[in-house]
Amino acid sequence: MLRFVFRRLIQLVPILLGLSILLFAWVRALPGGPAQALLGQRATPEAVRDIEVQLGLDRPLWEQYLQFLWRAVRLDFGASLQTGQPVVDEMMRRFPATIELALCALLIAVAIGIPLGYLAARRHGTWVDHVVVSGSLLGVTVPIFFLAYLLKFVFAVQLGWLPTAGRADARARTEHPTGFYVLDGIITGDLGASWDAITHLILPALALASIPLAVIVRMTRASVLNVLNEDYVRTAEAKGLLAGTITRRHVLRNSMLPVTTVIGLQLGVLLAGAVLTETVFAFAGVGKFMADGIVERDFPTIQGFILVIAVIYVVVNMIVDLVYGLLDPRVRVS
Amino acid sequence: MSVTEAGSVPVGKAPLEAGKPDTDSRPPARGLRGEAARRFFRNPMAIVGLVLIAIFVTVAILAPWIAPYSPKDNSWLSEVRPGVYPGPSAEHWLGIDPLGRDVFSRLVHGARQSLLIGVVSLTLGATAGVFLGLLAGAFGGWVDTVVMRFVDIMLSVPGLLFAIAVAAMLGQSLTSVMIAIAVVNVPIFARLLRGEMLGQRTADYVLAAKSLGISRAGIVFRHVLPNSFTPILVQGTLTLALAIVEAAGLAFLGLSGSDPSTPEWGRMLNDAQSTLAAAPMLAFYPGLAIVLAALGFTLVGESLREALDPKMRR
Repeated sequence: MLRFVFRRLIQLVPILLGLSILLFAWVRALPGGPAQALLGQRATPEAVRDIEVQLGLDRPLWEQYLQFLWRAVRLDFGASLQTGQPVVDEMMRRFPATIELALCALLIAVAIGIPLGYLAARRHGTWVDHVVVSGSLLGVTVPIFFLAYLLKFVFAVQLGWLPTAGRADARARTEHPTGFYVLDGIITGDLGASWDAITHLILPALALASIPLAVIVRMTRASVLNVLNEDYVRTAEAKGLLAGTITRRHVLRNSMLPVTTVIGLQLGVLLAGAVLTETVFAFAGVGKFMADGIVERDFPTIQGFILVIAVIYVVVNMIVDLVYGLLDPRVRVS
Repeated sequence: MSVTEAGSVPVGKAPLEAGKPDTDSRPPARGLRGEAARRFFRNPMAIVGLVLIAIFVTVAILAPWIAPYSPKDNSWLSEVRPGVYPGPSAEHWLGIDPLGRDVFSRLVHGARQSLLIGVVSLTLGATAGVFLGLLAGAFGGWVDTVVMRFVDIMLSVPGLLFAIAVAAMLGQSLTSVMIAIAVVNVPIFARLLRGEMLGQRTADYVLAAKSLGISRAGIVFRHVLPNSFTPILVQGTLTLALAIVEAAGLAFLGLSGSDPSTPEWGRMLNDAQSTLAAAPMLAFYPGLAIVLAALGFTLVGESLREALDPKMRR
C-alpha cells in the first residue's frame, strides 16, 4: 500500500510542474504582456517599464520561471486588480463560502443520486428507469446558470419562499469566526443565523448539484446493473439469502466502488460551476470573485484561482485513487 | 432474436426441424452497421434528438429568412420604458428587449452563432485531439508518455476554467471563444483515440495486415483509424452539445465576441439578469433554446452510443 501511495505522489510532480509551466506561459501570452495586463487602463510606457523591472521581466526566461514557481509555492499571486489586496487573502476570505456551497451541492447530489440510480437499475427497462435516465440526460444539458435563473425566479421571486441572493440576511448582525456561516451559527449559539445561512444555500446548491447529480445517477445505475448480473449475486440468491442481505453485502458494496471515483471527480465540476452559480445568486464566494475578475480583467486573481483549483482538483483525484486502492486491492497491483 | 422472428418459424415441419435455422424465414443479413442503424432508428430518444437537431440547424442556416427583422435593429426603443417591456404581439412574436430589439429575431440569429461556435470548435478540437491520440497510439514509447502527460496536465484544470483562461488570454473575439472551447476538447479526443488504438493493437485484422507486410502508416490510416471512427463520432456529437453550453457559459461571464449587439444566447440570458422580475421571459427564451439545442445532440449521441454498443445487441 505504501508503495502505491508513493507512486501516486510521484506521478503528481510532472502534472503540477507542467501546470505551472502552462500558467507561466499563460501570463506571458496575455495581451500586451504581464506588465500591461497588471496595469490595465493605467499603462503608460514608463509605468510598464517600471513594473517590468520590479517583476524581473527583464531577466532570462528560466530565471523568471523559477521566480514564478517560488512565488506560486508560497501562494503569492500578487495583488488583486479589483481590490488592491493580495489575491491569496481575498481568496482565503471567500473560500469558506464556496466550500460550504460545494459541499451542500455534493450532499444533495449524493443523497438523491445514489438512491435514484439504484432504483432505476432495480426497475431496469420500466418507466421509472426511462424517467430517471431522461432526467439525468436533461441534467447534463441544462446550463447551470439557466437552472439557477429558473430556481431563483420560481422560488425566490415568484413564490418568495427563499432569499434571492447573498449568503445571509443583510440585516443580520452575527459573528463569523470560521467563515462557514452554517457552522458559525452553531458555534455562536445563534441557530437562527444557521437556518438563515441554510435558506440562502438551498437554491444555489440545487443549481450547482444538477450536473453531479445526473452523473452520479447514471454511474450508480450502470454500476448496479453490472453487479446485478454477476455470478456472485446469482449464487447469493440461489443459496436463499434474504433480499436485504444481498443488497447490502453484495450489490451495494461492490457497485459503490466506481461511484466513489465519480463523486471525487465531480469536485472540479462543482468548483468551476461555482463561478456561474455564485454570479447568479450574488453569493460572495471565490467563484463570484473570479467572475468579477474576468469582467475586470483581473489577471492575478484569474491566475491564482486557476492554480489553486487545479491543485485541489489534482490532489482530490489522487486521494480518490488512494481510497479506491484501499477499498479494492486489485487497483494497487496494476 | 425478437419475438416475431422466433414466431415466424414455418409450421408444419417435423418437430426436430423446427429449431434449426431456416434460411428462407431469416431476416436479410445485415452488417454490424445496419444492425446498429436499425437499433438507432427504433429508439424514440434518437428520433426526438434528430428532430431537435434538424430544427436547430435549419433555423441557424436560414436565420436571415426566418427572422422578420435584423437582430441589431433597435427601431422599437421608443416603445420600451424602464420596467415595461412589450411582450409578444403580432409584429414581435416574443416581444422587445430593453434595448428596443426584436427578441424573436435575436433568438433565431443566436442559433447561427451557437452552431458556428459549436461546429468550428468541435472540428478544431477533434482534429488536434485525434492527431495527438494518433501520435501516442501509433508510436507508443516516449512519444506516448510525453503526449499523455500533456493530456493529463490539460485535464487537471476543469474544462470551463480552462476555457475561461484561454478566452481571457486571447481577448474578446468570436475566434478566441472558438479556440478556447476547442482547446478543452483536445485532451478528450486524444485520450479516446489512443485508447481505441491500444485496444486494436492486438486485433486480428491488424495482425493480418502486419503479417502481410503493410507499413505502420498504412495500418494506422487504412485500418485502425477507420475502425476508431464510431467512438469519435459518438464523442463528437456529445461534445457538440457541451460546446453549445460552454459557449453560452463563456458569453454569460462576458467572454464572447467584441460586439455586444451580436445576438448570442448566453449573453441574452446575462442581459436579462437585470430585468428578471419585470420580464422573466427574456431569460427563459434563450435558456430554453440552449437546452433544446444541447439536448438534441446529447440524445443523438447517447442513442448512437447505445446502438453501437455490442453488449446491447440482442
